[in-house]
Amino acid sequence: MSVNTLAPIAARKPPPAPERGWTGSRIAGHVLMALWIVSGAFLLLYLANNVMSPFVQRYWSQYLEGAVVTIELVALSMVLGALLSLPIALARSSRNPLLSGLAYGYVYLFRGTPLLAQLFLIYYGLGSFRGFFSDIGLWWFFRDAWYCAIFSFTLNTAAYQAEILRGAVQNIDKGQWEAASSLGLGKGVTFFRIILPQALIVALRPYGNELVLMIKGSAIVSIITIFDLMGHTRRSFSRSYDFQAYIWAAVLYLMMVEGLRRIWDRLEARLTRHLKRSA
Amino acid sequence: MTDALMLLSFGDNGWGDQIARGTLVTVSLALASLPLGLVVGFLVALAKTSSEASMRAAANIYTTLFRGLPELLTLFLVYYGVQILLNELVRQFDPTANVDVNAFVAGMVALSLVFSSYASEAFLSAFRGIKQGQYEGGYALGLSKGQTMWLVIAPQLIRLALPALGNLWLILLKETALVSVIGLEDLLRWAGVAARVTKEPFLFFGTACLIYLALSIISSAGLSRIDAWSRRGEVPR
Repeated sequence: MSVNTLAPIAARKPPPAPERGWTGSRIAGHVLMALWIVSGAFLLLYLANNVMSPFVQRYWSQYLEGAVVTIELVALSMVLGALLSLPIALARSSRNPLLSGLAYGYVYLFRGTPLLAQLFLIYYGLGSFRGFFSDIGLWWFFRDAWYCAIFSFTLNTAAYQAEILRGAVQNIDKGQWEAASSLGLGKGVTFFRIILPQALIVALRPYGNELVLMIKGSAIVSIITIFDLMGHTRRSFSRSYDFQAYIWAAVLYLMMVEGLRRIWDRLEARLTRHLKRSA
Repeated sequence: MTDALMLLSFGDNGWGDQIARGTLVTVSLALASLPLGLVVGFLVALAKTSSEASMRAAANIYTTLFRGLPELLTLFLVYYGVQILLNELVRQFDPTANVDVNAFVAGMVALSLVFSSYASEAFLSAFRGIKQGQYEGGYALGLSKGQTMWLVIAPQLIRLALPALGNLWLILLKETALVSVIGLEDLLRWAGVAARVTKEPFLFFGTACLIYLALSIISSAGLSRIDAWSRRGEVPR
């Protein structure tokens, strides 16, 4: 019987894949990749040659200090911004038109202008009111570049985080509110114990993006004389005229951003594992 | 109040014309970076949708690189890096020569690099929103690959990518402020000069912020017009 001579379907070998020719895009892809590999190899060789150079000997500790300052600045303003974003997001979704209008104006103002201009406005601009700030005893705060940087970064990230938070809270199903209220929970308890935890999980990815943007954006504080990673980079370049100053900074920034991105991806995968359907 | 108005007025006494000129530089820098960034971003997105693994990897390295570096650092890398490279090159022929890189061009290149790496992600997600059948339909009608891309895919792609690209444009407009650091006389630079000369920093930096805000508002209005235009073929729902 001919039927018996046929092997079961699963045991049959799949036909060999059609041979892929050297199409234009394949050649282009290989050439581009080769270019990246060659330039990457050059970069590694360059860095390896310069690991013991006088430049690195002289400045590596400053680069590390600068990186710590960058991380401190970003961490502090992220946390303070998160605290500030909560009332702003609440005001933004409030039914009171005055409150929501004010919050909308705040968010629009800080998202519509460059961070650098905001930093200048606070650090240099508030100097116009020196007499006033001296009178209320706050001049020590606005005189200091470090406090001004943290202040303006906090205000800026609070505007962005308020939008993230508002979007995430709105995303939560209305039934969650109704269920909590039918269980007799108050509005505050419902928000903090039921809505916010779910919203934060939704907001995890945008928060990660905001963190990366803050690390990159923090480089501009070097312009108002703070010695973060960028500040030390610029100083060492202006002293040595050695271009490797910027190469090392690029490597360090890339490591920070990529490292953070990967950790964040892991964190997100871990925290949302109960939401994934197992296949 | 009258003092402030006088300082902001046009003419010899005020800083109005300088600020207006700076605003023009800011806007033209953003407008000049846009086409380059869009074209490169589109090509990188095409590479990311390629069936060749090497093509995708090369495109992903590009994005990782320019999305991971601070914009200010990219600007310095381009500005000083290109300057050093060009000088080395020129000195091969004439040892006394000295090349200065134009701050506008350096800013344009750096901003385009950053813009294109973000734009490629916007285009990529738009590509994913277009069904395979659209390509097949184009081929079935006898259109070539290029024609299918241009006549069938691109119009839909623009519509899908426009919201994300609009956001990127607003970001680009704000990022132009960074070029004031390498000496380009843009809006923020002139505001800083005026602030130092007149000792009225709050007035001038506040004005600069308001001008940026106005540019954002104008852009948003323009973008919603473009959005409506890109949807002109859709049935109103």
